[in-house]
Parts: sequence; C-alpha cells; structure tokens
Amino acid sequence: MSLLQIKNLVVEFPGRRGTLRALDDISFDIAPGEILGVVGESGAGKSLTGAAIIGLLEPPGRVAGGQILLEGERIDNLPYARMRHIRGRKIGAIFQDPLTSLNPLYTIGRQLVETIQAHLPVTAQEARRRAIDLLNDTGIPAAAQRIDHYPHQFSGGMRQRVVIALALAAEPRLIVADEPTTALDVSIQAQIITLLKTVCKDRGAAVMLITHDMGVIAETCDRVAVMYAGRIAEIGPVHQVINHPSHPYTAGLMAAIPDIAVERERLYQIDGAMPRLNAVPQGCAFNPRCPKVFDRCRQERPDLLPAGATRAACWLHDARAGVSA
Amino acid sequence: MSEVRKSEDAPNATGMKAPLVQAHDLAKTFDVSLPWLNRVLERKPRQLLKAVDGVSFEIEKGKTLALVGESGCGKSTVARLLVGLYEPTRGGLTFDGQDAHAVFKTPAGQQLRSRIQMIFQDPYASLNPRWTVEDIIAEPLREHGILRDGAALKERVGELLKSVGLSPLDMPKYPHQFSGGQRQRISIARALATEPEFLVCDEPTSALDVSVQAQVLNIMKDLQRKQGLTYLFISHNLAVVRHVSDQVGVMYLGRLVELADKHTLFDTPRHPYTRMLLDAIPKMHDTGRARTPVSGEVPNPLNPPGGCTFHPRCPHANARCKSERPEFLHLGGVRVACHAVEEGRI
Repeated sequence: MSLLQIKNLVVEFPGRRGTLRALDDISFDIAPGEILGVVGESGAGKSLTGAAIIGLLEPPGRVAGGQILLEGERIDNLPYARMRHIRGRKIGAIFQDPLTSLNPLYTIGRQLVETIQAHLPVTAQEARRRAIDLLNDTGIPAAAQRIDHYPHQFSGGMRQRVVIALALAAEPRLIVADEPTTALDVSIQAQIITLLKTVCKDRGAAVMLITHDMGVIAETCDRVAVMYAGRIAEIGPVHQVINHPSHPYTAGLMAAIPDIAVERERLYQIDGAMPRLNAVPQGCAFNPRCPKVFDRCRQERPDLLPAGATRAACWLHDARAGVSA
Repeated sequence: MSEVRKSEDAPNATGMKAPLVQAHDLAKTFDVSLPWLNRVLERKPRQLLKAVDGVSFEIEKGKTLALVGESGCGKSTVARLLVGLYEPTRGGLTFDGQDAHAVFKTPAGQQLRSRIQMIFQDPYASLNPRWTVEDIIAEPLREHGILRDGAALKERVGELLKSVGLSPLDMPKYPHQFSGGQRQRISIARALATEPEFLVCDEPTSALDVSVQAQVLNIMKDLQRKQGLTYLFISHNLAVVRHVSDQVGVMYLGRLVELADKHTLFDTPRHPYTRMLLDAIPKMHDTGRARTPVSGEVPNPLNPPGGCTFHPRCPHANARCKSERPEFLHLGGVRVACHAVEEGRI
C-alpha cells in the first residue's frame, strides 16, 4: 500500500478579487522508502504541495477539495493538535534555508532533545544519546561536543545536516524536503544530497524532494513529477522523464537546461512565461507556449494520460483520439 | 610579486592583438576590524580580509571570460573592481591600453565608465520600482550626456528594448509588471544603453528559472555576436559557464587556481579543486552513477590555511603544499597554481 496518497487535491486562496486556485486536481502517491522528486518553475505549486501535506498552508490558503492520506488515514482535515502530533512523528520536514529553520537562541542539542521527547517516550539522557547518534549519522564531526553549540557556530552545510538530523529525530515515515540544497554551494550540495539519500534509505523513510534542479532529481529520485501552473504535467520513472519526456513542457524544460556534458551553440528556449494564477488560459495551461498545440488543447483541459512508461497531461497521448506523439 | 613577473614573461599567444581587458595582480583587502573602542577594551588586533589576492587575467575583444567558484571566493569583488565600484588595494586594470583606475579619477573617467557596464544578479533589486522602464533605460543616456532630446531619447530606448526582445510599448510600464526574465532583459537593455564594449555580468541568471535562463543566455550570446561585446561572466553554475564562455577561470579563496580555454578546462581539468567542482555537479544523464565524494568546506577567509589554501581538502597535498604557496604558472597551455601539477604528480 502507498505510504502517502494524494487524491484530487485542490488548494485555493480566497481573496477580495475572487479565488485563486493554486493547486488544481493533483493526484499522486509515494510508496514506502521511495524518493519522489517534484520539479517545476517558481510558482508552479511545488512548495504549496509540500505545505499542504505537512498541514502548514499559510492562511487564507486552504485545502478546498480532495484528500491527503497517510498510511490510509486522512490527514488533511485533522484538527490542529492532532496534526501537530503527526508532523514530526510521521512526517519530517526540511526547508531551504537552514538558518531560519533552527532557533538561534537554543543549542542544537536542546532543539533535538525537545523534538525527540515530544514524540517518543524516552528519558532526557536517552534523548541526548539519540541526538548524538543522529548527529554522527548525519556526518557532523565531534558530535558529542558540537551538540552544545548554537546554530550560528555551524557553517551552512553543517547547519543543513543538523536540520536533517532534526527532521529524522522522531523516525518519521515520510520526509518532505523543500529545496534542501538550493542555498548551498555545489560542493556542499553534493554532500547533502548523498547524505539525505543514504539516511533515508537506511531508515526506510520515503522522501518527497522538491527542487528546481534537474541534476539533483536525476541523481536522487526514483520517480519525478513535473508541475506546471498548479497541475502535474508529467509523472513517471526518473530516467524515462529525463531521457524520453512525453509532455512538450517537460521536453522543453530538459532541452533548456545547459548540460555540462554536451556543448550547444544555442539553448532551446520555451518562449513566454508561466501564466499567473489569475490568468491561466482555458484548456491546457501550457497551450500558448506549446510547439505542438492543436485545437483541442485550447478548449479542453487534459488529465494525466498513460504515455509510454510515464503519464502526461497532454492530448497528444489520448489513445481514443488516435493521435500519438 | 614573482607571480606577476612569471605571467608576463610567459609567451603570449602569437599573432594576437593586445587584449581589451587586462587585470594584473588585482587585490582587494577589506578592513573588518571591530570598532576602535572595542579593539582597545577587548585587546583585539585589526583584522583584514583579503577578498581578492592577486588575480591576473586577460580578455580579448569579443570574447567571454567566465569566473567560477563557491560563495566567498571573491568573484563578485573582482567584478566590482573591474567596473570601478571598488578601488584596488594592489595591482590594477588596463582597459584598452589605459590604466582604468587612474582614469576613473580624472574627468575622462566618466567617458571610460560608459564603455564598461555591469549587469547584476537580482533583477528584483537592481531596478528602481518607482521608475518606469523608459526612465530606467534612459538614465545612463542622460547621465553620460549621450542624448538629451526627448524624442531621440524615446526612440533609442525603444530600439534598446527591441534588441533584448521586449517591445517599445513596454516603456510606460513599471518593473513590477514584468516577470523575472523580462526584468533581467531590462537590466541588459540599460547596460547596453551607452554602447559599452565590456560588460561585467555578476550571476545574471542565478535568480531565474531554467526556461527563462535559456532565453536570457541566448539573448546575451546574440548580442555578443552582433555587437562584438566582451564579457566577464561570473557564475557558480559550471554548466552555464560551459555554454557561454571562451575561457574559464576558477577561483578559490580570493585567488585564481586555474585559467584555461573552455574546452581544455572541461576536458582535462588540472587543478584538484577544478576536478572536485566538476565532480560535484549533479549530472542529468548518467543517472545512478555514484558521485566522487567531496570532502570538507571552504575555510574561513579571515584565517586562510597556510601554503596552498586548498591543501586541507586536497587529496594530493604533501608537506610542500602545506608550507609553500604555489605560483600561478603556465603549464602546457593553461595557467594553474598547484605544486602537484607542477611536479607532475597528478
């Protein structure tokens, strides 16, 4: 059974000038121990999906439809206190900026011990011993001394290791990692990705990795979901999506990324920009920028359709119409 | 100082005309000491930060030199030195045969500044939100006294907007009405207004999404081809650098560690730090391959390690690397500062 199931999730932001639909009918699931990547440009709804799962949507944003199920139990309609118990215990979170995710006034040891004791019935000594083990596992040298240091005494990469330790503290089944390496330098980024992958595999935790870096996705994930204007454009095994994309948007995105291994005179460019939420075009949201657009795309909105080994929200893959890419 | 002499003595590529931009032994030190009273009371010494410590390179007209390195290695300080926003502590910049920093101080400096322009990283912070696009792009034209007449000014701004793929109809709009990629094009149009020969681009696409990054990089390449622009392109993204540059310089803690032709650098990187950087990039296409583990972090620039500053992270370091600072030598067509490469150990 899937660990996490998202069924037709809709997230809306009611406002004075009408309601903005930021996530529109999103469905996917994550198996235990699986790493699912979520990519897309800024404003596509990646982080919002993560926030909805951990129950931290900023008001006035709200789940307006659909369901989120963790181990078969609905978590999108839980009262705040119940959700608070699940957050941390069953779902861990890692955010982009490690400095703002740690409390600057407490030592990292105190923050770790507090988290462990909030979720697990252990004594203070036991919690501290576990905290040191966690810091060791996340590659912090001299963990037994470093545990009494404050966040500002760590470098960016080390801080992100502490945040990972904190997310793992209560042994959650799912980790939502929102751009965990974006604020870091490339050499540190590599260390953190490797770490995230190994600690999660060791503990059998599933990961939802949100990033805009396709290289990170390619090296880390089992499956990937590509988002565009609040919807999933394509979802499938990572090699398939990268090497044989089925959705024209995915194909354009892949071609637009400068590849370190291949030299090209000109980069492929997708003209235009992603639409604003208050001006999403009718039909397929990508139709004004799509090189393969046809009439139906301008009128009807496609749902995810099977397209080879992946599923893509594109009318090119509608078997009934007999059109094929 | 021996470093400078070495690079000047070495044979220049034959038959080439003098490069447009020449930086020799450029250095910038910042005083980051505590305030005077704290120093007296706490008995702390003055503290100096060597942000850039002896960087030399040349850029030929119409070419692109890319500088890469991790945060804090001094890339942006080099950019600011080149456009004259900082005064160098040591060394200097020769632009088209003249000592640029000396000229900046004279009345002729204004004219020289119009030939060197800069594009900044964050298109949200570098455009005045209260000015229209027309005002933003016309400002350098007015400032340098190139055009004063209203109608001619409008026409020129329209041309500039067209050259970066925007429309003259965008003139009365404000920056917030544009997306990130469009704003960065407005910055490019502003930088091009004075018809500069040399553009210093400090991470021009780092704040942009990949599909928009491709648009901006393509425009920059097209403009270079059409107008013969010379670029200094600063980036931490090696894939982008491979796409835009002719030559690549790799910086580590304020110094160049390797400077080579793009193909040479990417095909046969010499310096261990360059190799480490190349290995660290997540690759899109050979998925599943384990990356070479990278160890350690950039040391604190206030207290850099002795000898070669990279030695604590270097797998090839020996006693000499710990004690003696390597010089920036010409070795087989590339310039590299590494004892191990010099001795043929790697």
